[in-house]
Amino acid sequence: MNYFPDEVVEHVFDFITSHKDRNSVSLVCKSWYKIERYSRQRVFIGNCYSITPQRLIARFPGLKSLTLKGKPHFADFNLVPHDWGGFVDPWIKALAKSRIGLEELRLKRMVVSDDSLELLSKSFPNFKSLVLVSCEGFTTDGVAAIAANCRFLRELDLQENEVEDHRGHWLSCFPESCTSLVSLNFACLKGEINLASLERLVARSPNLKSLRLNRVVPLDTLQKLLMRAPQLVDLGIGSYVDDPSSEVFSKLKAVIQLCNSIRSLSGFLEVAPCCMSAIYPICENLTFLNLSYAPGLQGNDLTKLVQHCRKLQRLWILDCIGDKGLGVVASTCKELQELRVFPSDPFDAGNAAVTEEGLVLISAGCPKLNSLLYFCHQMTNAALITVAKNCTNFIRFRLCILDPVKADPVTNQPLDEGFGAIVRSNKSLKRLSLSGLLTDQVFLYIGMYAKKLEMLSIAFAGDSNKGMLYVLNGCKKLRKLEIRDCPFGDVALLEDMGKYETMRSLWMSSCEVTLGACKILAKKMSSLNVEIINESEQLEFSLDDRLLVDKMYLYRTLVGHRKDKPEYVLLL
Amino acid sequence: MSSENGKRLLETDAGGLNFEATELTLGLPGEPRVTSDGGAKLGSKRGFSETVDLKLGDNNREVKLGHSLQEAAKSPVSKTQVVGWPPVRGFAKRGKKSCKYVKVAVDGAPYLRKVDLEIYNSYQQLLTSLEDMFSCFTIRNYLNEKKIEQVNGIEYMPTYEDKDGDWMLVGDVPWQMFVESCKRLRLMKSSEAVGLGLTTGPKYSSTN
Repeated sequence: MNYFPDEVVEHVFDFITSHKDRNSVSLVCKSWYKIERYSRQRVFIGNCYSITPQRLIARFPGLKSLTLKGKPHFADFNLVPHDWGGFVDPWIKALAKSRIGLEELRLKRMVVSDDSLELLSKSFPNFKSLVLVSCEGFTTDGVAAIAANCRFLRELDLQENEVEDHRGHWLSCFPESCTSLVSLNFACLKGEINLASLERLVARSPNLKSLRLNRVVPLDTLQKLLMRAPQLVDLGIGSYVDDPSSEVFSKLKAVIQLCNSIRSLSGFLEVAPCCMSAIYPICENLTFLNLSYAPGLQGNDLTKLVQHCRKLQRLWILDCIGDKGLGVVASTCKELQELRVFPSDPFDAGNAAVTEEGLVLISAGCPKLNSLLYFCHQMTNAALITVAKNCTNFIRFRLCILDPVKADPVTNQPLDEGFGAIVRSNKSLKRLSLSGLLTDQVFLYIGMYAKKLEMLSIAFAGDSNKGMLYVLNGCKKLRKLEIRDCPFGDVALLEDMGKYETMRSLWMSSCEVTLGACKILAKKMSSLNVEIINESEQLEFSLDDRLLVDKMYLYRTLVGHRKDKPEYVLLL
Repeated sequence: MSSENGKRLLETDAGGLNFEATELTLGLPGEPRVTSDGGAKLGSKRGFSETVDLKLGDNNREVKLGHSLQEAAKSPVSKTQVVGWPPVRGFAKRGKKSCKYVKVAVDGAPYLRKVDLEIYNSYQQLLTSLEDMFSCFTIRNYLNEKKIEQVNGIEYMPTYEDKDGDWMLVGDVPWQMFVESCKRLRLMKSSEAVGLGLTTGPKYSSTN
């Protein structure tokens, strides 16, 4: 390859788009490193504390798209205290000062301020796309700044963020000259918006393909929007409540029939079951259906709807669909690849909406299934073994039995054999979440068979250090390991300290790891940041090394201790 | 350091848990859950709110439970939930019809009750239900000022604590707003309230 001029090599590299591949390419030789870095436009940083914005800018001057992730995954379940970190501000400031022509910013679990958003909106004339997932710290004023200042904005996608809503005017901040929108998602915003502004915005956005509304957008506005944008591919419905005999509802039924490009449907943040029939005409084209936020739809409503969705590839639904409903899914949705069943009431076992039976039916009926997130009240080894026989293509398998440490109700045994079967038959498994009663045995199986595993989530499982060791020794591709409430301690933590350099991060909370062990690890491995999160009132860090640490989060980094840690975090 | 000062040190004797000792039974609410005994472990702060039945499995198995469950097992409370479980993001926002349980305290009663505000549509319904619940009391009804037959001669004023921590008289704001901001209810003896000049309430329509 060195016989070719750089431009040719660069052109070849243009075809290499995955981050992993480009990273590999850059390691081949100095010349390739140089060519690769100047031509790289998209960078993914899985942990914002692993590198500094300055080094990013220095290495990739042609950067156009940046993805950043902040807090650890368990922050989603309130295990990480407020203000832990993950601030995007220093990144935006550094990028603004540089010559980087940023066009796209994608953030996950980061803290974003209105000031940052405003700076972002004013610093990059070609800025096109902002995607915020599970972020917090900003208000609709920040969103307004993006709307007002980004003249070529194509995408504004707010997913599951905590946004303080100052009501309404942000939408009106899109100037009349803004006609470039392709994707607009504000479903997570709670407050009122100016409906007339929304209608005008949609009317002047001929390229709009994806529109996800929030709960305050009523059905009659939905009808008007669909009239303006029958070309939509992805629709998130806000409020879907009306009297089926009303004129508005008839108009809606008529206009929905024209929307034959819709492939993805979500939202229904407020819904009247009797209105669902209007949706049936577009169901046969749907590839993605998300009803997991829809309150009040009963099993039959869901089942009736799903019966029309023969082409469905991804389904996110609530467990009130029941095992029988899942049976209907299994016989209807032969193209199904991803299924997520969420709990509607995790504390009421009496309502046992889905059990192992539903899962078995799905596994038997949907040969293409490769991704599962399943919340249920019980699971048996027999069912898991059957699922493992039926499905060998799993990439993601996340099972959450709502009662922690629940055994197989039929045999009273732990679920080791069931999960063992899953990992044995699904050789491409990259992500696994365990639950139920589990001993060290399940980890033996995971270490033995889950050779491609990259992310593992464990809770209330195992008997001893051996469990954790099986995983650390056996799973060569492991990148993220998160553990809570398991009897894993110092011996497991310290056995192979170098392993953590090959991983992005390790989270251990309510385990048996001592402060002393963490100190040893931190001292030995300068490439790791070992953080202890201490929430109790006494901040006496000179305490006994024998003290058990409640929350530890460690991650590899090239830039040492972070400067923005809160008081309750101890960096060793 | 010994374990007497309550600090959670690494126990070298990791003896198995005796299931009988950890078996959970129904009982009255126990003492508060905060480990206030000298800040036991480094960084512990668990919230225990609602409850989940823990079936700890076969009595013959000695299973090492995660720390949160050991704590739960020691508690006299029949069912305990651990923080961050189930692992569903924004759980409260998903699907289920919201239910809003608030505690109801009545001056002079030895225990509290809980009501789900979401099942009522108006102040009238709520107050009627509270009267049924605490059947020996009568509640001063501001909404239509009718004199409720007094069984034991004691009249109560319905008050509530709002999001800001202030104690308010029930009935001033629209019903939905009240449901959203109410954190707990207290039926206060009217005799106590007289001195506060709260004998006449707002005229708020019960159809709001």
